[in-house]
Amino acid sequence: MSTAPLVPEHELPDTHYLNATYGSGRSIRAWLLTTDHKRIALLYLASVTVFFFIGGIFATMIRIHLLTPGGALVSPETYNKLFTMHGVAMIFFFLIPSIPAILGNFLIPIMIGAKDLAFPKINLLSWYIYLIGGCFVLYSFGTGGLDTGWTFYTPLSSIYSNSAVTPAVIGIFINGFSSILTGLNFIVTIHTMRAPGMTWFRLPLFVWAHYATSLVMILGTPVVAITLLLAGLERMFHLGFFNPSMGGDPILFQHLFWFYSHPAVYIMILPAMGVVSEIIPTFARKPIFGYSFIAASSIAIAVIGFFVWAHHMFVTGESTYAALAFSFLSYLVAIPSAIKVFNWTATLYKGSISWDPPMIYALGFIGLFTIGGLTGLSLACLGLDIHVHDTYFVVAHFHYIMVGGAVMGYVGGLHFWWPKITGRLYPKALSRFAAIVLFIGFNLTFFPQFILGYLGMPRRYHSYPPEFQVLNVLSTAGASILAVGYLLPMLYLFWSMRYGKVAGPNPWPATGLEWKTDSPPPTENFHVTPVVDWEPYDYRNRPDLGLAAGGPLAPAHGDD
Amino acid sequence: MQSQLPLYPPEASNFAPHVDALMIFITSVCVFFAAGITIAIIYFFFKYHRKQVDAIGVPIHGDPRLEAAWIIIPSILALAMFAWGAVVYVDYRHTPSDTLDIYVIGKQWMWKVQQPNGLKEINELHVPVGRNIRLILASEDVIHDFFVPAFRVKMDVIPGYNRYNTMWFRPTKAGRYHFFCSQYCGTNHALMGGWVTVMEPTEYAAWLSGSGAGGANPVAVGEKLFAEKACITCHLANGTGRAPSLNGLYGAQVLLAGGATVTADEAYIRESILQPNAKIVARYEPLMPPYQGQLTEEQVIALTEYIKSLRSQPVPVKGSGIAPVRGDETAPAPEKR
Repeated sequence: MSTAPLVPEHELPDTHYLNATYGSGRSIRAWLLTTDHKRIALLYLASVTVFFFIGGIFATMIRIHLLTPGGALVSPETYNKLFTMHGVAMIFFFLIPSIPAILGNFLIPIMIGAKDLAFPKINLLSWYIYLIGGCFVLYSFGTGGLDTGWTFYTPLSSIYSNSAVTPAVIGIFINGFSSILTGLNFIVTIHTMRAPGMTWFRLPLFVWAHYATSLVMILGTPVVAITLLLAGLERMFHLGFFNPSMGGDPILFQHLFWFYSHPAVYIMILPAMGVVSEIIPTFARKPIFGYSFIAASSIAIAVIGFFVWAHHMFVTGESTYAALAFSFLSYLVAIPSAIKVFNWTATLYKGSISWDPPMIYALGFIGLFTIGGLTGLSLACLGLDIHVHDTYFVVAHFHYIMVGGAVMGYVGGLHFWWPKITGRLYPKALSRFAAIVLFIGFNLTFFPQFILGYLGMPRRYHSYPPEFQVLNVLSTAGASILAVGYLLPMLYLFWSMRYGKVAGPNPWPATGLEWKTDSPPPTENFHVTPVVDWEPYDYRNRPDLGLAAGGPLAPAHGDD
Repeated sequence: MQSQLPLYPPEASNFAPHVDALMIFITSVCVFFAAGITIAIIYFFFKYHRKQVDAIGVPIHGDPRLEAAWIIIPSILALAMFAWGAVVYVDYRHTPSDTLDIYVIGKQWMWKVQQPNGLKEINELHVPVGRNIRLILASEDVIHDFFVPAFRVKMDVIPGYNRYNTMWFRPTKAGRYHFFCSQYCGTNHALMGGWVTVMEPTEYAAWLSGSGAGGANPVAVGEKLFAEKACITCHLANGTGRAPSLNGLYGAQVLLAGGATVTADEAYIRESILQPNAKIVARYEPLMPPYQGQLTEEQVIALTEYIKSLRSQPVPVKGSGIAPVRGDETAPAPEKR
């Protein structure tokens, strides 16, 4: 439709990371013992997808249950377990690892011109730690389930719950180390392994975003890991960290929990912002507007994000002064996100915009993330948060950020780099259609929840007053469309691995280093160590891309 | 009734119009920006759609003036939202002095309400219209949250010896309104709700006195407990006992060992009953045993109400522990208030 292939036909390279003979042969062992960051990324892709399916099944059951005011499907106990396990599976085992551990793992070394991450064995260890943590959590799901809410508030989780809390917190504790090691690996790699000429301000914004994410991972994750461990110890050995009847403080748990879990939101969204910052200039074929502002805003979000946690606690009776400070800081953290949105939009101006599927996903991301971010302003507002706190307004808000934002970014990123990862293209028209279905389904599912929340429907309710039914039915109807939007890409991406058209090294074409090597890349990523002598997202001075040097449009004005 | 599909709950308290106005302001700003971004994206998307397969865009790298504009303008708007929100919040947190005090106890999965005269309700709360109401909240087990959408009020109900969260509101419209538990508290969290009935003051007074099943007056219950639990043996009214006199205590400043002072509100009285060693009154020995686990929440409320009722008693010349209003820190006897 919009673009015909620039170079007619391609063939897959003879050897690449997928078919290469590793030390121990081409067996399953060569995958399970691989230290190749690209193969580890695919191991993560498989395991993260399993958790996405598990979390998705729980979500489906939640939405079906809420079709009627009395609850259509399951008992209260089961409903509480469904939303808890949905949250735990999606947040700790899908959203947090999704973009960093799959796309970040695959791309960061290639984007900076390195052969692998700094610590390839630790990278593999991260995946095994993730698996072990995941097994503990699945064990918890399978042996009685978990009904504390993903937030594990004490003393409900540490004393009163009768569900399998202990294995779950142990699993999340273990999984934390996977995150920490991945973050450490990224930081060391980005600092020490950049190719000649790859200066800090030539780094793709995807790398900047992952650098910021890694900071949050290594500084925040230990806190939540220890906090959940303390809750587990309180449960197992009847200690009194958070138990008020033993002099503990249940509010202390919330402080410690949110100290990580608010920044964790940025672990989920920053990498998606990085993905979008790659897709937009590629499909507008022009440099990104305000490179340094987008890069710096990633770091600003990571830093300020650590000082806003108590905005989750405005109705705990915390001191008015603390509430004022945290509200102010929460508004402050909104500014860097706004900067990104404005710069992405401005990048489209006078672009050469293609309607390829990754672009549709990226623009969908901007729309949904903007709504999610702007509704955050209502929640940061002290006078308003009292009313909407712990209602469906909050549920809608964070799904707009984490699903509309992070998952849309993740799926968009998969579409963008799929030709690099697998060497093959997927059907574009079907893919565009899937993106639009996803966008519509998402809005239908979650927009009604803003209204539900303002009307006063509390979250985590297995039954609700009848006046809330219409909006709940609408939400469930939207969710069924949303499910199609997720299943379609899974099907055609899987199909394309075998039957897709061979992509060639740079099908879009894009400017990053990852597009200067084969698709799929060789084990060593590059046949010759690359030397970078161009600025990021520069299309004008890249004759190797085979594009019109100046384009049909007039030369730049406002060009710095 | 509102329309079939309302966008906001009934406005039935002093806070509701302020909160809704704030919501309209923030939503308007948000819609303006969201619409602007969306229109710009859609316009660019079609206007600059690639016409030739090898065309590239105009290389524009940025514009510091634009960056400054879209940092400064949103910051100003964010500051306005913060400031307005803060003003409303301070109103929420600043309880007037002339409140009608009602105790609310949350437990898995019900609400127990105690009216000022001791009348008890379950999952119901009756209040008079036009009167400032203060709810004093306690939990017997996990964290709950008392939420009345029509009043736009919400406060966590937190277990612990040292906590009474309080919230206040002034109902402005008679009627029946939902209240919910909005902090997830276990299996039947969704069933832990009920109705607030806002009545005309005369109706309320009639209801309060007319309900034959009315509970015993909490002050009388507290006075009896005060004797039964042997509090009376140390807390002598004239201040000569081993423990401070409680006359005139409620609302006063208490001088603690170490020189700090604390306001004797419900939370302080509660803590001093359940964990007396948490705050020792100046010049007294920590002799009192903790009553945590010995008393029910209702008994704590009764004792608290009894001690509050001593506000009108004369403050003894010495031994009350009440801090001197000003001046000499070593003064053994507080001023009479």
